[in-house]
Amino acid sequence: MSAKEEQASGPVMVLSCPISLDYAYSAGQSASRFLRAIAEGKLLGQRCPVDGRVYFPSRGSCPMHGVTFGDDAVELSDKGTIVTFSIVRVPSQNIALPLPYITVNVLLDGADTILIHVLDAKLEDVHMGMRVQAVWKPREEWTTSTANILYFRPIDEPDAKYETYKEHI
Amino acid sequence: MAVLTAVVGIGQTKYEAKRLDVSMAGLIREAAERALADAECTWRDIDAVIIGKAPDLFEGVMMPELFLNDAIGGAYKPMLRVHTAGSVGGSTGIVAASMVQSGIHDRVLCVAYEKQSESNATWALSISLPFSLASVAGAGGYFAPLVRGYMRRSGAPDDTGIRVAVKDRQNALRNPLAHLQMKDISFEMVANSPMLWDPIRHLETCPSSDGACAMVMEKESLASRRSGKVAWIHATEMRSEPTMFSGRDQVMPQATLDNAANLYKKAGITKPREELDCAEIYVPFSWFEPMWMEGMLITERNQGWKMTYEGATAFDGDFPVNMSGGVLSSNPIGASGLIRFAEAARQVRGLADQHQIDGAKKALGHAYGGGSQYFSTWIVSSQKP
Repeated sequence: MSAKEEQASGPVMVLSCPISLDYAYSAGQSASRFLRAIAEGKLLGQRCPVDGRVYFPSRGSCPMHGVTFGDDAVELSDKGTIVTFSIVRVPSQNIALPLPYITVNVLLDGADTILIHVLDAKLEDVHMGMRVQAVWKPREEWTTSTANILYFRPIDEPDAKYETYKEHI
Repeated sequence: MAVLTAVVGIGQTKYEAKRLDVSMAGLIREAAERALADAECTWRDIDAVIIGKAPDLFEGVMMPELFLNDAIGGAYKPMLRVHTAGSVGGSTGIVAASMVQSGIHDRVLCVAYEKQSESNATWALSISLPFSLASVAGAGGYFAPLVRGYMRRSGAPDDTGIRVAVKDRQNALRNPLAHLQMKDISFEMVANSPMLWDPIRHLETCPSSDGACAMVMEKESLASRRSGKVAWIHATEMRSEPTMFSGRDQVMPQATLDNAANLYKKAGITKPREELDCAEIYVPFSWFEPMWMEGMLITERNQGWKMTYEGATAFDGDFPVNMSGGVLSSNPIGASGLIRFAEAARQVRGLADQHQIDGAKKALGHAYGGGSQYFSTWIVSSQKP
């Protein structure tokens, strides 16, 4: 009996039953403003009225103080600093990126929260404090999506000092 | 005044990659029956059942407590499902303990499990969210940048994580229930294993296991009458914090520091490193041993790696950690926290067989989960408080 025949006549131990989930996501006021801005190539954060820290992307309220952010938005630079990173060599079904890739926690200039994204650079070059900038899709392809930013790339600026970003690790 | 409560029965399955011979129901039944046998109880003697497991998306079975109710003897009894991500095993133990401590029930059974051979945890932890690029590959992808942050701030030698990984796999050889039994484990083997999520190597990560763990807890008036050894629960503590807020210290979250301080206060402990005989700490990636030695206030900030380096956390060290082999040797995620709690209890009952620390009287059980945002801990002792 071949292995296949044996498998066919043997007991069924595990059945694979794939599931998929599609969500209808209600963006709400704050996220809608953020998404409309990013369709114009602008990065909008919001300031916490309690401690003045700038959240990006903003969900419209402060997770620490439990208060809503007002209507004011803060426009941020698309440049930032890598506060920490990892080089990923493990495939994952949900992630379309070719291996290995560099995942980075970026602190955008003017923001007080980190953005998790990917970096296009030589693996041996990436380091904490490295200055980077967003690389955008061609303007005609911009939509109300964070996917307008393809990845970050290193820029020719001196490294940020550890003290300036260490609290964001 | 809370009712003094003790662990009187513990049951565990063998942890392995695939338990194809049992269903999820069969798996938890096995652990529960062993706990009942250890406690010399029958199903009839149990007043309430608490069940815990990690996110339902792992196995893709939503609300599994519904179909598992009969397998753990929950029919016509109070039954409660607990979920706090990776720390859920610990929280399940704490919820069960609180059912007795509060005087609501006399004797409670708790069970926690994961059947990872029927699941895809990395897929379930890599879901795409509306605002973010899908780039975080599972738990390792999330924690690797934090490990790098710890290395930077502590100045720990790069091979600290390798040493933890070797130590825990050596301990696992003393524990026949442990999933990984790597007789030839060595520093070179771990150091030469592939980088998965730089700086985390393959052999510095936990395996993916099937398994379940169960415990029976009862009130003092019942437990005191027993001739067998019990583990008295001196203190339990849980803390949480948001995953993301500005200025959050993800490497050393405030929630772990608050959790530790309050746990020791409740237990009347002022010098944890001296007063505790050993600990089972949730270490899914090797570097989390030194990180949680600091996070549990066992040692000073940025000094945790020295405990590993100086052999303090080794089996024969002054503060043995993960005598059972820990999460690095067996990881049925939802059960992993309860296993830590149960292994701490085994130590103080003097029933840990080949991985028993001689004369252990007081032990710490610890679990954490989510993005280092849930913490569950307890202290158990051979003596009443």
